[in-house]
Amino acid sequence: MIPATFDGLMPIVILMSIAVLLFWGGHFASVILAPKKPSHLKSTPYECGEQPVGSAWSMFNVRFYVVGLIFIIFDVESVLMFPVASIFREMNDMGQGGYALIIFLSFISILIEGIAYCWKKGDLDWVKSYQVSLNDNNK
Amino acid sequence: MNQTVVSYLSQYEFYDSLLALFGNNQGLLAFTIFLIVALIIVGLCATIGGLGTYAERKISADLQQRIGPNRVGPYGLLQFLADGVKMMTKEDVMPFTADKMLFYLAPMLALVGVFATLAVLPFSSGFAMADLNVGVFYLIAISSLVGLAVFLGGYASNSKWSMLGGMRGASQIISYEIPVTISILAITLLAGGMSFGTIVGMQKGLPINWFIFHNPFAFIAFFVFFTGALAETNRAPFDLPEAESELVSGYHTEYTGMRFGFFALAEYIEVFVVCGVAVALFLGGSNLPVDIKLDIIPIQIIEVVIFLTKTLLLYYVVIWIRWTLPRLRVDQLMSVCWKYLTPMAILNLVGCAIWLVVFNGKSMADMVFGH
Repeated sequence: MIPATFDGLMPIVILMSIAVLLFWGGHFASVILAPKKPSHLKSTPYECGEQPVGSAWSMFNVRFYVVGLIFIIFDVESVLMFPVASIFREMNDMGQGGYALIIFLSFISILIEGIAYCWKKGDLDWVKSYQVSLNDNNK
Repeated sequence: MNQTVVSYLSQYEFYDSLLALFGNNQGLLAFTIFLIVALIIVGLCATIGGLGTYAERKISADLQQRIGPNRVGPYGLLQFLADGVKMMTKEDVMPFTADKMLFYLAPMLALVGVFATLAVLPFSSGFAMADLNVGVFYLIAISSLVGLAVFLGGYASNSKWSMLGGMRGASQIISYEIPVTISILAITLLAGGMSFGTIVGMQKGLPINWFIFHNPFAFIAFFVFFTGALAETNRAPFDLPEAESELVSGYHTEYTGMRFGFFALAEYIEVFVVCGVAVALFLGGSNLPVDIKLDIIPIQIIEVVIFLTKTLLLYYVVIWIRWTLPRLRVDQLMSVCWKYLTPMAILNLVGCAIWLVVFNGKSMADMVFGH
């Protein structure tokens, strides 16, 4: 039989290097084949034919940060649930199903609590959260 | 269930003679076999990705009562080759304000991320490149490289349209990763393992044994997974990162020529990968409807054909959805993900766990036909 190391990661590395080689190959072909007539106007960023105003690297909506934060919470929780999920069936076959279920459900309830909190705070709305909190203040 | 293509081939006699040919260097032989199989898979997927663009245009033409591409080759079949050659001969323009390093890196990252996911796709019981014991976990992890590439492409271009597209793309991809991950979690729960070999091996036999029909929650989980996966690949009705009518072309506005071509190729292959994963997780994978004890290479080829047929049927559904439904608005997109799909996915997960304990791991089919 084959040593385990060759079974695991070698095909992934091979596929990734094929992707990089394919990219370089395509790039090389386009360097050879494509015309090169650079001009200043051609390499301005596209802004509907107008002169670009300012840089695009500026401030952007704070909503994106909030989405990122909520994502991290959920992602970490689901990562932690994967090992439990993969042995759940085994525990059930061993007769420990109810025990595993209680622990699993209490862990998920934290997740549900999190999403309920975000929902209540209006963080799951894209534009309405500001207006919602305004209305709350007026009450 | 065989682990990889190399360990599958190693049970045959000709493997030993091959080994002798390579001077008993197992690593070299494994490398050669993996390289050949990788080239076959990459060639297959690049062709499917290329034909995907053709199919997209032809099916959309069909749905809109047009003819579609019919000039290049028979029925316009060689259109994608003509497109590829055209892209290669177009000038590569880079905005002078762009971050050159990242601008160059972004399409490569998209391609690497998509190609790396091909490694765990279970084409048949013996013809998978790597059957990692953390299969689905690896898939989720590595496929987020594409989201990174989308954001990097948008950021590095330093164009307002690209930036907006990249921001939207990043927030959409990470948001929809949650329902997808939790749906996959439900399947992990039912299968009792994260490797694709285990998951596909549990669904042997008739369609009634597929995980989609295991219990009502798994049935809903499939649709949650499929919707989320559509959004993760930036397909309509979730194609906001590249919405033509509002963002010009989104994160690849500034990309021209071959660099744009690689983004497009990565997107089409990613749709194929996502369909393949949906088939493997929910729709029985490459299993034959009858249980054959005989393990010979022709059976493997039939399994590959079954897997590809199911995947391409799902691919057709994806294109069909794209040309049927209108695009969502940004706030609708976010509320669909966080207020509908995520609670539904959590409910499915809880439902699957309770089903597993209450009915002692039996599926609906087991209870009806009484195994």
